[in-house]
Amino acid sequence: MERIEEELEDESALELPTEPMRLNMGPSHPAMHGTIRMVLDLDGEIIKDVDIQPGYLHRGFEKSCERGTWAQVYPYADRLNYVSPMLNNVGFSLAVEKLIGITVPERCAYYRVILGELARIADHLTCNGAGAMELGAFTPFLWFLKVRDWIWDILERETGARMTHSFGRIGGMAKPPTETLKQDVLDILPQVEKVLLEAEGMLLRNRIFIDRTQGIGILKKDLAIEMGVTGAMLRSTGVDYDVRKAHPYSLYERFDFEVPIGHDGDNYDRFLVRTEEMRQSMRILEQAVAQMPDDGPINVEDVRIMMPPKDQVYNTIEGTIAHFKLVMEGLKPPVGEVYSYTEAGNGDMGFYIVSDGSGTPYRVRCRPPCFINLAICRDMLLDEMIADIVPTFGSVNMIGGECDR
Amino acid sequence: MDSFLLLSTAAKIGFALAIIFSFAPVLIWAERRQSAMMQDRVGPVRANIKLFGINITLFGLLHPLADALKLIFKEDFVPPKADKFLHALAPIISLVPAISVFAVIPFGDVFYPELWNQHFSMDLVGPATRGTPLQIASLNVGILFIFGIAGTGVVGAAIAGYSSNNKYSLLGGIRAAGQMVSYEVTLGMSLVGCFMVYDSLLLEDMVHWQMAHMWGVMAQPIAFFVFFTAAIAETKRIPFDVPEGESEIVGGYFTEYSGMKFGMFFMGEFVEVVTSSAILITLFFGGYHMPFLNAGGWDFSFQAFGHVYLENAQIALQHWGVTLIEVVTWVLKLSLMIWFQLMIRWSLPRFRYDQIMALCWKVLLPLSLLNILITGLVIIWNNS
Repeated sequence: MERIEEELEDESALELPTEPMRLNMGPSHPAMHGTIRMVLDLDGEIIKDVDIQPGYLHRGFEKSCERGTWAQVYPYADRLNYVSPMLNNVGFSLAVEKLIGITVPERCAYYRVILGELARIADHLTCNGAGAMELGAFTPFLWFLKVRDWIWDILERETGARMTHSFGRIGGMAKPPTETLKQDVLDILPQVEKVLLEAEGMLLRNRIFIDRTQGIGILKKDLAIEMGVTGAMLRSTGVDYDVRKAHPYSLYERFDFEVPIGHDGDNYDRFLVRTEEMRQSMRILEQAVAQMPDDGPINVEDVRIMMPPKDQVYNTIEGTIAHFKLVMEGLKPPVGEVYSYTEAGNGDMGFYIVSDGSGTPYRVRCRPPCFINLAICRDMLLDEMIADIVPTFGSVNMIGGECDR
Repeated sequence: MDSFLLLSTAAKIGFALAIIFSFAPVLIWAERRQSAMMQDRVGPVRANIKLFGINITLFGLLHPLADALKLIFKEDFVPPKADKFLHALAPIISLVPAISVFAVIPFGDVFYPELWNQHFSMDLVGPATRGTPLQIASLNVGILFIFGIAGTGVVGAAIAGYSSNNKYSLLGGIRAAGQMVSYEVTLGMSLVGCFMVYDSLLLEDMVHWQMAHMWGVMAQPIAFFVFFTAAIAETKRIPFDVPEGESEIVGGYFTEYSGMKFGMFFMGEFVEVVTSSAILITLFFGGYHMPFLNAGGWDFSFQAFGHVYLENAQIALQHWGVTLIEVVTWVLKLSLMIWFQLMIRWSLPRFRYDQIMALCWKVLLPLSLLNILITGLVIIWNNS
């Protein structure tokens, strides 16, 4: 996999013979979040060639899914993009629901939107914060993490876990929303906005930050479309594509929000696109909180899909049987295959699932956005300097769990 | 060499070392606590000594102590293929010059032990009165000594990077050498304007000039700006910390250092902050000068618009009192300067290597040359 390139230039005849230095960065390098190996050929500080080798975090996600029931996929899905696990939960739920041919009640759809958008904000905060930290600006990073903690507090109150929620269910959610959800969300939004403004003041008006990000890691629009890049990376090149707008799912057509797009496709634009997406997510959150009904069913009321309530399980024979069947055999989607895609933290997250009619998935294939986004990284890094690797790589937002699966 | 000289010099060295070695750990604490405050964190507060059942934490002040203990007892790892001698030498070379620069920094005016309880005036000083300048060594080369000694610091970083047999260290060493040599030039050039104004290379003369006229930051604002920037670059701290840029080249030139050798690099950085702040206040903020204080005590009278105000507002002080106020003033100014450097450290992102070089050679150096030109023109205009 490592290439050796010998360059012979006419000018070099006049100078001492030099050869590029081979530098092995990763897989465990303090700056390579996620485990990625980069083999660099350096001319001084300039990157002449780079070979990006993912796969060090491969845990066999797709194969593991073929062992349990459909519902047992959720813990694996959590660990795909572990920065925004709720979006994966929702994505997988939607895929299976599409296969079965059901839609969840409206209240559940709003609930998914609220939790999903909170997760999206957390995801972008992490990415932008880490991006700032890699440039040496440690303070905004910790401010972002502080906000992320507030968001995780809400998610913890709702789901019981801060990171790996496993909260989605086929045909609904594990629990109905808590009574304080709406107030919690409304309380936090102004504070998030305040910290965002503070951090922007520290970064976007800073000459050093601008010099370090503008014109670095440029991604061309044509190349991005050609390679199938999605998410904030694609939008930063000026392509107006967001699954939530282009192919609305889960009631996204009801919300009024913009799709921020960049212009140059450099690190600066990616930073700005993510920042603006957080603002748009907050707009969606405000609308979703206003529109979400306070009562009504959260799950589909079909005992072949969702577990019956506990009092039925304990007191009626039908409830007990339904519970037993779901636990022992799992729900049985019809034979068929489905591709369903949602807008996850860093792009178009697709699930291609095949059912053979049994209680166990025949195939769960995940289209990880950051694997495809990572494929383009080499073109973005060539002829940049060593110091630009980590910020550029950070702005791709490669999440090891999702990329290597 | 008589006993008076010996004793006074020993006392002064003791004072300077006490300042350095007490400031460095306090600085580590201050940096961590202050960054914690800026970043809405708690910061280090856990290290404690249990005494009679009470946990004494001293606001986290024990952390530097715990750090030092840890570093001393840690395994001293040397990479198998490293150049053992140079690898051991590098931390010494980078720490010792940082400390020795302190030798020429004046932290008070001349002190006459015999007159300690008198109201001082020059009339009291007879030919036999022994006085000692509060400065370890009054060298006739003055500021040039600082450049000469501080310049050797780069050697430490460079050979640390070279001897570790690690590519990241090598990159860090090359970056350190390039950056520090470049900024050395700017550092020197920015001060030429000061020499012209102060008309001396001796640091105590510079302080005396500032006491008589005005602080250097007002006489030479451009020189201050350039020197301050270059001084931060010399200490290799953010935004100029590319030699150790932890997100790209792990730890730079000290990647392969552990134990107390790493501790020496670590402390060297903080000692450099202390010394660069000391040089800065000596050159630009009047050193130990306290406004309205002269050798005889406080004198609040001042002249403005052709009038003398507060003509009788004088408080006489004895010689020891004046000297004490001067030394305390110096320590306070030093602390303030260090605090300011810490604020910068936690507010800015890092430059890239080529940007640092461009800033040095394309902005700061021309600026300091321009400063020399302007200063020369002003001096000629004043003299004619």
